[in-house]
Amino acid sequence: MAILVYADHNNQELSSATLNAVTAAGQMGGDVTVLVVGQGCDAVAQAAAKVQGVAKVLVAQDASLKDQLPENVAPLIAKLAANFSHVVAPATTTGKNIMPRAAALLDTQQVSDITAVESADTFIRPIYAGNALVTVQSTDAIKLITVRTTTFAPAEAEGGSASVETIEGTGDAGLSTFEGAALSENERPELTTARVVISGGRGMQSGDNFKMLEEVADILGAAVGASRAAVDAGYVPNDYQVGQTGKVVAPELYIAVGISGAIQHLAGMKDSKVIACINKDEEAPIFQVADFGLVADLFTAVPELKGELEKQGIQAR
Amino acid sequence: MKVLVPVKRVIDYNVKVRVKADQSGVDLANVKMSMNPFDEIAVEEAVRLKEAGTATEVIAISMGPEQSQETLRTALAMGADRAIHVVHDGELEPLMVAKMLAKIVSEETPDLVVLGKQAIDDDANQTGQLLAGLLGWGQGTFISKLKIEGGAISVTREVDGGLEKVGLKLPAILTVDLRLNEPRYASLPNIMKARKKEIAKKTPADLGVDTTPRLKTLKVAEPPKRQGGKKVGSIAELVDKLHNEAGVI
Repeated sequence: MAILVYADHNNQELSSATLNAVTAAGQMGGDVTVLVVGQGCDAVAQAAAKVQGVAKVLVAQDASLKDQLPENVAPLIAKLAANFSHVVAPATTTGKNIMPRAAALLDTQQVSDITAVESADTFIRPIYAGNALVTVQSTDAIKLITVRTTTFAPAEAEGGSASVETIEGTGDAGLSTFEGAALSENERPELTTARVVISGGRGMQSGDNFKMLEEVADILGAAVGASRAAVDAGYVPNDYQVGQTGKVVAPELYIAVGISGAIQHLAGMKDSKVIACINKDEEAPIFQVADFGLVADLFTAVPELKGELEKQGIQAR
Repeated sequence: MKVLVPVKRVIDYNVKVRVKADQSGVDLANVKMSMNPFDEIAVEEAVRLKEAGTATEVIAISMGPEQSQETLRTALAMGADRAIHVVHDGELEPLMVAKMLAKIVSEETPDLVVLGKQAIDDDANQTGQLLAGLLGWGQGTFISKLKIEGGAISVTREVDGGLEKVGLKLPAILTVDLRLNEPRYASLPNIMKARKKEIAKKTPADLGVDTTPRLKTLKVAEPPKRQGGKKVGSIAELVDKLHNEAGVI
């Protein structure tokens, strides 16, 4: 058996989601090859070669692959797949975009967003926003899988010494063009990998009020997130969203502020190790999943939290 | 421009899902069913394209049991012109659905297929991308903005890091995200009118698609329950618990 892992990256850095996918791939058994597709991404290929558990790195670089458009990438994956028993990608928006297209070309029923590997052909995945977990066995010869990154520990980024081989792309399909990106500039840790996440909901009442959360986040080295309600109300951009339709996070500590706890939000954070919440409505469903709930007005409680952390000299780890 | 909109009948998003005691699946008996919320957004967008004069015809498609007709009637009441119902009892995997849609596309020759980005039952997030791959069309997934001008499409996609813009040639596949629009409620007169609109019936066999599952469902289980519900009385107590008891800060 041999497993191909699709690397998630931005042509400069290998994303940590790839490390989680490498761990999942390792559990399926067999040699792990990482595929790096892009342009000007030699540093990414070098980084992938150092990841523990990676036997080989394949790099395809040309202008048509630069933005990882699925129309140009999926045919390459489909072509390479013949040499592998599994093709695995992290379930990031890139992986979700590309992998099913490759599955169509291979006539394979992909298994999406797995949270556990039972054996080489059997996987567990959440359905109904995580309200049920299904165990499925794939009968396809080549298995295509996307991996929920939060449930697999990251592979060690250093210590490996895989060989790097350059391969050709399959050319521009001529169906799509990349017109640009508007990515959020953010000094704080990434939501999906942060050790602590502090999120605000509709109770925050405005985008300006998120500054209060940012101040606490800066003390704790936390990422800042939001509920769908806060995103839909326009307080913060969509990439802050934690939940079924946003990002799934599982930090050591999740602090929910002014978030009622709709099912769709819980789906994105209920695997956090410890959950704390601040909400003035003691009937809010968020209290049912919180390890430590405080019934309080967030506009007094959050500044008080900042003061208490400073008083105790608590800092980011 | 002809637009196809596949819609799925799923457990209503407000219903608490229950796993069957024998772990064979989720209990669907006497449960309220509705159109997948992402598909409502897809129907709304297609109807808006028609209202703007960009689209000439909107065709809704659903695959599933007899009751999927109700979901199609909802789409027709929202403004779709006609519907196709592929009647099938039992589960349909995304690949089969995409294959049947590809066959319908070859018969109907639309310029655009607009789908929800995922269904809230199996959460697979595959059908649109699969269909694009089968047809060899461009795909704009997870879109929050759509612009169509002179045979070319520009979409804004919601991605992990923010937003991305992609241009596509027609014909194309689009999958929609939540912020694209707010779906309308069908008015009573439109619900009445929808009753008279045509729903053509087909079977997977008519479309030449084998519905033998590729994935075997071995077990459906409830996720582990969280033991929450503890309260603290003050911020000082909260910080103390997080620092000294849980040790997470």
